[in-house]
Amino acid sequence: MSAYDVVVIGAGPAGMAAAVEARGAGLSVLVLDEAGAPGGQIWRGVEAAGPSRRGVLGGDFAKGADLAAAFRASGADYRPRATVWNISPEKVVDYSAGGGSRQAAAGAVIVATGAVERPVPMAGWLLPGVTTAGASQILLKTSGIVEPDTVFVGSGPLLWLVASQMVAAGVPPKAIVETVPHGRLMAAAKHLPGALKNAAALAKGVRMMWAVKAAGVPVHTGVTDVAIAGATHAEAVTFKGADGAMRIETRHVALHMGVVPNPQITRLLVCDHVFDTAQRAFVPVLDADRMTSRAGVYVAGDGGGILGAAAAVLTGRLAAMGAAEAAGRPVDEGARGAVRAALAKDAAVRPLLETLYAPAEAALAPADDVVVCRCEEVTAGAIRHAARLGAAGPNQVKSYLRAGMGPCQGRVCGMVVAELIAAARGVTPGDVGYYRIRPPLKPLPLSELAELGEAEPVAAQ
Amino acid sequence: MTDTIVVGGGLVGAAVAYGLARAGDTVTVLDEGDVAFRASRGNFGLVWVQSKGDGRPEYTRWTRRSADLWPEFTAELRDLTGIETHYSKPGGLHFALSEEEMDARKSLIHRMHNVHGAAEYGAEILDGDEVRKLVPGLGPDVVGGTYCKHDGHASPLYLLRALHEGILAHGGRIVGDARATEVAPDGAGFRAETAAGTFRGDRLVLAAGLGNRALGPGVGLTVPVAPQKGQILVTERAAMAFEMPTHVVRQTSEGTFMIGDSHEDVGFNLTSTTPTMAAIAARAVKMFPFLKDLRIVRSWGALRVMAPDGYPIYEESRDHPGAFTVNCHSGVTLAAAHALALAPMLAAGRLGAELDVFNAGRFDADAH
Amino acid sequence: MPTRIDAAGEPIAFTFDGVRVEARAGDSLAAALLAAGIDTTRRSAVSGMARGPYCMMGTCFECLVVVDGVPNRQACMVEAADGLVVTTQDGAVDAFAHEDGGREMLA
Repeated sequence: MSAYDVVVIGAGPAGMAAAVEARGAGLSVLVLDEAGAPGGQIWRGVEAAGPSRRGVLGGDFAKGADLAAAFRASGADYRPRATVWNISPEKVVDYSAGGGSRQAAAGAVIVATGAVERPVPMAGWLLPGVTTAGASQILLKTSGIVEPDTVFVGSGPLLWLVASQMVAAGVPPKAIVETVPHGRLMAAAKHLPGALKNAAALAKGVRMMWAVKAAGVPVHTGVTDVAIAGATHAEAVTFKGADGAMRIETRHVALHMGVVPNPQITRLLVCDHVFDTAQRAFVPVLDADRMTSRAGVYVAGDGGGILGAAAAVLTGRLAAMGAAEAAGRPVDEGARGAVRAALAKDAAVRPLLETLYAPAEAALAPADDVVVCRCEEVTAGAIRHAARLGAAGPNQVKSYLRAGMGPCQGRVCGMVVAELIAAARGVTPGDVGYYRIRPPLKPLPLSELAELGEAEPVAAQ
Repeated sequence: MTDTIVVGGGLVGAAVAYGLARAGDTVTVLDEGDVAFRASRGNFGLVWVQSKGDGRPEYTRWTRRSADLWPEFTAELRDLTGIETHYSKPGGLHFALSEEEMDARKSLIHRMHNVHGAAEYGAEILDGDEVRKLVPGLGPDVVGGTYCKHDGHASPLYLLRALHEGILAHGGRIVGDARATEVAPDGAGFRAETAAGTFRGDRLVLAAGLGNRALGPGVGLTVPVAPQKGQILVTERAAMAFEMPTHVVRQTSEGTFMIGDSHEDVGFNLTSTTPTMAAIAARAVKMFPFLKDLRIVRSWGALRVMAPDGYPIYEESRDHPGAFTVNCHSGVTLAAAHALALAPMLAAGRLGAELDVFNAGRFDADAH
Repeated sequence: MPTRIDAAGEPIAFTFDGVRVEARAGDSLAAALLAAGIDTTRRSAVSGMARGPYCMMGTCFECLVVVDGVPNRQACMVEAADGLVVTTQDGAVDAFAHEDGGREMLA
């Protein structure tokens, strides 16, 4: 087993920044990432993207190339295509790479596994042809692939960002069907003065929306009752809009309702979490150095609460400074103060975004016949019934119905299951909790696990 | 009509509560919250007779009685709730990976046959070739095993849901998030203090697993149960290929393979640990090489509820008649007996003489 | 149909259910399939219903395919390469697929 001062999990903005900072402090660093190249989701394919693709994706994307270069030069031991599948309470990290599993002992673990898209269960969302909006953007970033037939459905900054990038690529989407309820803009407006501290982010948002509308993309706002029609493939999006019932023929639907922290590792390690009502998501409890309730385990980036890519770089640096300090290395307090100030400025735009793009209630309360757990095909109605039967939380629902027992291990359905039980019981998701996450974090061949086993068998009955 | 409080909504409490509600009691089940030491969720799902009760023939008989009741029990639950427990009884296999293990199995089976008679107990000793005829594809390290026709398996999770639905169907109620912190005599009956308030009843059944140890003294019961950890791995779904359960691997009705068989005394700790997972995997690949390419999707640890001698504890409080405790580590195997044999005794207010031997007083006697 | 906005990546090709799929080096299998207009990659092991890529980032396990005989691989996490033989993941895996005669022995 190898040993490192710091093991960073994830090579997105937060993970790369953490690795660079920790190397700067003289620590030995191992970076494990599932992708084949650094960048995470937000800067996915940033090293490979040529000038024209970078032009389409915009200046914030191009910034990632500089950090990726600094990361490559940092001297961190970087293992791409490495999947972490367990971390012990003693911070031994088990990971799979190249068909075998290895173990690394970590002085500190920096979890930089980012965010996942909030599930948007609705009629028809299982059909081929339906993806997330993030999936559309990944196709664009990594392969330059765009689908002009795409209808974006939902809400949130990413939805507008991808649409505007498609416009910049000269292939605008077919339509945008936005579910932001009427009145949200007014509610969000009270956060405008605070948000102006990060005027650049606000201006970028306005430019994106303007560009999409200027390109002539039909934008339907304030819609309700969205569903996807089709038998064995998406065929149309139906909804109620300003002009009554609408139907848009399409074979490509991209759903989005914001992103939530990827909870797998902090839940595996049984770190304390709270339900953040503004983000409508569980977030791990972190101290000022981004350390969780488990000593030596830090969270950098959106996994600690959604703040975006610019903030992820800053929180990555903070986590590494914290780990360096804990390892007895001197930390430049001036630099740390500057990072904290920049973080506060960057975060100023969040209350406005969180209010404006809070998920529509329908996304959290799908109809009884809508499948919520995609792997095991468990409906919202079955989950509500289980709650009435006495299931206090997601783990009992899992036992009753197999929700969350499929290969995705609850990654897609977890948030919705918690919301459904909370609604059925008249409490908050914070009261009902979340799936207990157990190893392996990703499915792992039995033979690979067996190869780690000692020669002597476990005592038989 | 008797108002009965059952503390514990796991397989043991739910089976007893189901049987009580079926017998006409008005039953209230007090269940814990979502995160608790729930042995039921970690159950392997065997309805297992072979090797049960070595040195305690009453336990063999009780286990066998439950196995014999299972077909009727699962049919009744299906008719009442529409939920299929996927019980089947193709017999079960226990493998040996060395001659030493095989010799130990042989002596065990001989002892059991000497007590119960071969016809009654019904286990057979198989050599390597005979085992391979029953389960093709076994690894070369398997030297033989034992087969018992009374063994079977079922889904512990569907069983628990069927029992919960069945309790409601018979007019009982289940209160979630109601972890009992204290039980005590109360007038002519009993009360339980819980996170969800105070509950009162004419009778009280403590079926709170490891929680019984702390609760028992409140009604004059000593319940010396302790945790024994087991870890289980489960694979992705595979095409159905493997009907017969074994003591370490079984294919579930969904097609997943459950792989288990670890016994650790580590206190109240549910963490899935890599060394134990790897050891379980290594042993499974030795026995079943064809499983090697399947992916493990989940693992979990659970705590068995173990009495010092490994046998159940069934007891009525001498000081406070009407208060009972029910404890065991075989919640699936014994579910049928708990629902259809034990619960009617509890409903009548008296444990049958055949259960005398399971009184916790046996541990006092051992001490003298 | 999807289009590519630039010509990055060397042309490569693999097969999906026996049909040749043109791709570019750097594509994931899922991206290459979507670019070729193929968006059904598996049939559910629960109900048999058709499913396809959903998240494209390794989260959802919807894009499962068989790659060179290895089942249940995430098409969005496997890089496309010349000559790969990719097929639909049709429900549950067969544990005996690689065992000589294992299946027959059971029958």
